[in-house]
Amino acid sequence: MAAEAGTDGDTEPETLTERRRALMGLLAGAHVGELASAWAAIARQPAYRVIRAPETGLVMLRGRAGGGGKPFNLGEATVTRAVVALETGETGFAYALGRDKKKALFSALFDALWQRADHRDAVETLLARPLAEARRKADAETKSETTATRVDFFTMVRGED
Amino acid sequence: MYVAVKGGEKAIRNAHRLLAHKRRGDRTVPDLTLAQIAEQLSLSVARVMAEGSLYDLELAALAIKQSRGDLIEAIFLLRAYRTTLPRFGYSLPLDTGDMLVRRRISATYKDLPGGQLLGPTFDYTHRLLDFSLAAEGGVPPERPELAKIDDDDAKIPRVTDLLGQEGLIEADRPAGETDDGDVGDLTREPLSFPADRDLRLQNLARGDEGFLLALGYSTQRGYGRTHPFAGEIRFGEVEVEFFAEELGFAVPLGRVQVTECQMVNQFQGSAKAPPQFTRGYGLVFGQSERKAMSMALVDRALRAAELGEEEIAPAQDQEFVLSHSDNVQATGFVEHLKLPHYVDFQAELDLVRRMRREWQERQTAEAGDARQEAAE
Repeated sequence: MAAEAGTDGDTEPETLTERRRALMGLLAGAHVGELASAWAAIARQPAYRVIRAPETGLVMLRGRAGGGGKPFNLGEATVTRAVVALETGETGFAYALGRDKKKALFSALFDALWQRADHRDAVETLLARPLAEARRKADAETKSETTATRVDFFTMVRGED
Repeated sequence: MYVAVKGGEKAIRNAHRLLAHKRRGDRTVPDLTLAQIAEQLSLSVARVMAEGSLYDLELAALAIKQSRGDLIEAIFLLRAYRTTLPRFGYSLPLDTGDMLVRRRISATYKDLPGGQLLGPTFDYTHRLLDFSLAAEGGVPPERPELAKIDDDDAKIPRVTDLLGQEGLIEADRPAGETDDGDVGDLTREPLSFPADRDLRLQNLARGDEGFLLALGYSTQRGYGRTHPFAGEIRFGEVEVEFFAEELGFAVPLGRVQVTECQMVNQFQGSAKAPPQFTRGYGLVFGQSERKAMSMALVDRALRAAELGEEEIAPAQDQEFVLSHSDNVQATGFVEHLKLPHYVDFQAELDLVRRMRREWQERQTAEAGDARQEAAE
């Protein structure tokens, strides 16, 4: 299992598979509007056909007893997936939580496009980096809000000065 | 004799129409949006997802709107909806140690790496009604205070991982245990007894909060006492990963919010194990601390047999607990009583009439005998 996923955006995933995984993670967390506008900005859009039309189903999420023990089934989540093929041969896959079929289609397209050496930079620049940056910011804000609620048992003086 | 009775169609149609009207309420009041429910009634949404056993904020919000806020009805709606969808497979187990933490507290250790993070909690509020929320178009609340983050990427370790090393607290799993073997799934196979811990945890994770709360409470009051401490409670987001066969690697699917509770319990030891702290575990969709804590208490109580404890209390009886925890099953059986039982009841009526007649006859006969004896 590749647990050390570089989906934080600020780490540089090593292998191509890791980079692709990172991209798919960003696509899964993105809003369909972000994907639609990035797609519109792609020059030389290749023709494609839909191999597996967007489909919504369920994935059973698992936890571990005690957090690190034997797996158990926690409950299901809705997941939408799609597969597309570019005219140049690349096959793109999408899997994401939720029921957004348009988003699944765009995600599969970007996954396919990213596999093309001549489009990879465009996908990274137009989409992956901004998404990673937005996620890093949002996470930093969450951490910052949460840190402000940390109990300080020893210090009587808080804040500046 | 069986007599088919028809004739409810019009009444049912009109009842449904009336229900839709009542659901909408006063039409001069704005209609609720799903976004409003998801954003402002997020703990109701969390409960419906957890007990509906389906993580989807929008669907849970829709179910709450449709059910007029009746959460068990909403849970029922989600359970029914999930049966219409295909199952793609199982995720990799969530890594709660790698959580984007929004709240994390420990009642057992004051100073621990990552600290006590209170997060958005009702704890320490005075439970006084806040009338400023009643005012329409009131002043929005202040933005949250922001604090400097020391180390952007510092993970917040689970308390039980920190303290496991000493051997004073039992490990997550016995040494050498692996993930091999099937994971029980009660959406595929009906529950049978005795049920292993994987099935018990699945059952509790989707079990009714009120039922588990009452059972957990009963263990605290002495019905299967387990001497619990809240070792850690954490709430936040974890990444879901799904191994896609066609790709040959695990795809990140996005994040879900979960609450985890590690209950740490005193244990006297047995012939096989030295005295040490044992554990109960709770994991629930969304922010739901009461449920996660109750689940952990009941999980520990249900380990009585495994730990060689005497099984004397309801919370330790897995057949009792697991058979009655599901509020959709429970409501189905309780509420079916209001469906027409006219024929059943007619038969009962006939039976009671006959028994009364026989009883009367016996009484009369006995009275006659008594008179005769007195006369003789």
